[in-house]
Amino acid sequence: MNNQPSTNPVISIHNLDHYFGQGELRKQVLFDINLEINRGEIVLMTGPSGSGKTTLLTLVSGLRSAQSGSLKILGKELCGASQDELVKARRNNGYIFQAHNLHRSLTAIQNVQMGLEVHGKYTQLEMRDRAAAMLEHVCLGDRLDYYPDNLSGGQKQRVAIARALVSHPAIVLADEPTAALDSKSGRDVVNLMQKLAREQGSTILLVTHDNRILDVADRIVHLEDGKLVNNSLSEIRRDKPTSLPKLSH
Amino acid sequence: MFKTLKNRTPLGFLQLKHDKARLLTAISGIAFADILIFMQLGFLNALMDSSILMHRNLKADLVLMNPQALNWTEMSTFPRRRLYQAKDIPGVASADALYINSIKWKNPQTHQKTSVMVVGMNLDNPAFDMPEVNQNLDKIKLPDTFLFDRASRGEYAKAIESYEQGQTVTTEIETRTITVGGLFTLGASFGADATLISSDQNFLRLFSKKQPGTVSLGLIELQPDADATQVKQALNSYFSDLKDVRVMTVEEFIDMEQSYWATNRPVGIVFGFGTVIGFIVGVVIVYQVLSTDVNDHMAEYATFKAMGYRNSYLLGIVFEEAIILAFCGFIPGVLVSLGFYSLARKATALPIYITLLRAVGVFIATLLMCAVSGAIATRKLQSADPADIF
Repeated sequence: MNNQPSTNPVISIHNLDHYFGQGELRKQVLFDINLEINRGEIVLMTGPSGSGKTTLLTLVSGLRSAQSGSLKILGKELCGASQDELVKARRNNGYIFQAHNLHRSLTAIQNVQMGLEVHGKYTQLEMRDRAAAMLEHVCLGDRLDYYPDNLSGGQKQRVAIARALVSHPAIVLADEPTAALDSKSGRDVVNLMQKLAREQGSTILLVTHDNRILDVADRIVHLEDGKLVNNSLSEIRRDKPTSLPKLSH
Repeated sequence: MFKTLKNRTPLGFLQLKHDKARLLTAISGIAFADILIFMQLGFLNALMDSSILMHRNLKADLVLMNPQALNWTEMSTFPRRRLYQAKDIPGVASADALYINSIKWKNPQTHQKTSVMVVGMNLDNPAFDMPEVNQNLDKIKLPDTFLFDRASRGEYAKAIESYEQGQTVTTEIETRTITVGGLFTLGASFGADATLISSDQNFLRLFSKKQPGTVSLGLIELQPDADATQVKQALNSYFSDLKDVRVMTVEEFIDMEQSYWATNRPVGIVFGFGTVIGFIVGVVIVYQVLSTDVNDHMAEYATFKAMGYRNSYLLGIVFEEAIILAFCGFIPGVLVSLGFYSLARKATALPIYITLLRAVGVFIATLLMCAVSGAIATRKLQSADPADIF
């Protein structure tokens, strides 16, 4: 476990509170979150539905603006950041969603290129080469010009991973990337994420319900009712025994 | 900036290309709107152009008319004396009377009574710059002989044919028998289906109740070195105490005629209104297509936003689509309109043509139409909240 504290964490959250709604309907969804994630760490976040996992993920990714507390991504404070700063912060991240969210009108390679185009520093040719290499990496080298409709669920999710990772992001954020996949495809997808992130030195924050993939984590954090309750791998494992079916024999 | 544009994935194009059914709907919708606009504009312009066919051919610098005159077919009259008085003004070379009135004649082919405009002029100084008319002045010196407009609206084809084969074509106007002594080409207007031109004498024979002293239009030609504005002013001040005549340049006369048809008659308003409706229909159709398209791609757009694309990038996609649609819809719109124009031309004898100016104008309107729709459709884009897709 490379869980030792670093002087320069990639994600650094302190006393973060978050509220939804206005006035009387205002409801607190995150309570005093403190979390540091170091470079290269793979952190899984678990918790029941409605515990605030996704809200935390959207805050970290710059999709929502943080309201109070401190949220530093790559040393940049996102709490109170302008819309423009948030847009720029988003470009440091690679996203993998539960649904693949590939663009139906774009082929696999064009979808992956969209992950590069946002940076505005590559030529069309460079983008095509890199995207092709990335798809090769996720074993879809022979499906470059396929439209998403002609790919299987696992293949689509691999294209989505290629899109997220093609620009070598410092942080990879994933929201239940295996939820829509069968166990083998899910396993493949997670292994792939782990392998690529290791190669690129990316940090991964992954929200999941899927017990089958907990083993890829360096660390597991558990969120319950908007509070971070556990911070250790072993305790989570005890919470969610994976060997339960065997006991019934 | 150029570099980013060059390296940009043509998403709008790809999106349109991907959904062919939607693309076809959009194109046919825009083409339909364009056809509607072209037809309305065509008729509106035909109305405008046809109403001034005579005016354009007038051999005059200034015209005199009754201040109550409305348009070519409703000119009222003024005393011929004014023309003699006008000749006293320095700079005036000639002042001639033109008689204009409509009458029922028996169509020489069908023998049905139909309305026809009759124009009588001074043969010593022909009123028009029309070679076909001026070559036939000898013929209309003969009593009850008229020149007929072969582009008139109505069933005249056989009569024209038999004239051209050398037969004598005669018909009746009230109790008189008249002869078609020649043909010229002018065209029908909304005010007049057919036109006959002859001498003032022949005109007055037809309208026996009319006094030769009451003329419809005075045609004033100036001496070569005279200044039209100055002479006009001189005439105006000369006639200022008399309320029975006004002076205009031919251009002003044309403007008067056109603004009469454009604003005083329902036809002008109807066609103007129709043009606007065509535009609105286009906006609605393109808006429907674009907003459905935006809705369908909401999740993808939200993903792009999450990846760090700006709103302006997404707006660009919608406007790219709008511009492509404008081009793709305009082309079939023009082609179909060309066909309809030629049908309408045959059916109505009106001068309906697609001019380059109008084609460019309608194209700009199409672009505008698509841009407006795009702008409304993109309001939905603002609601593509990347936080919602997790």
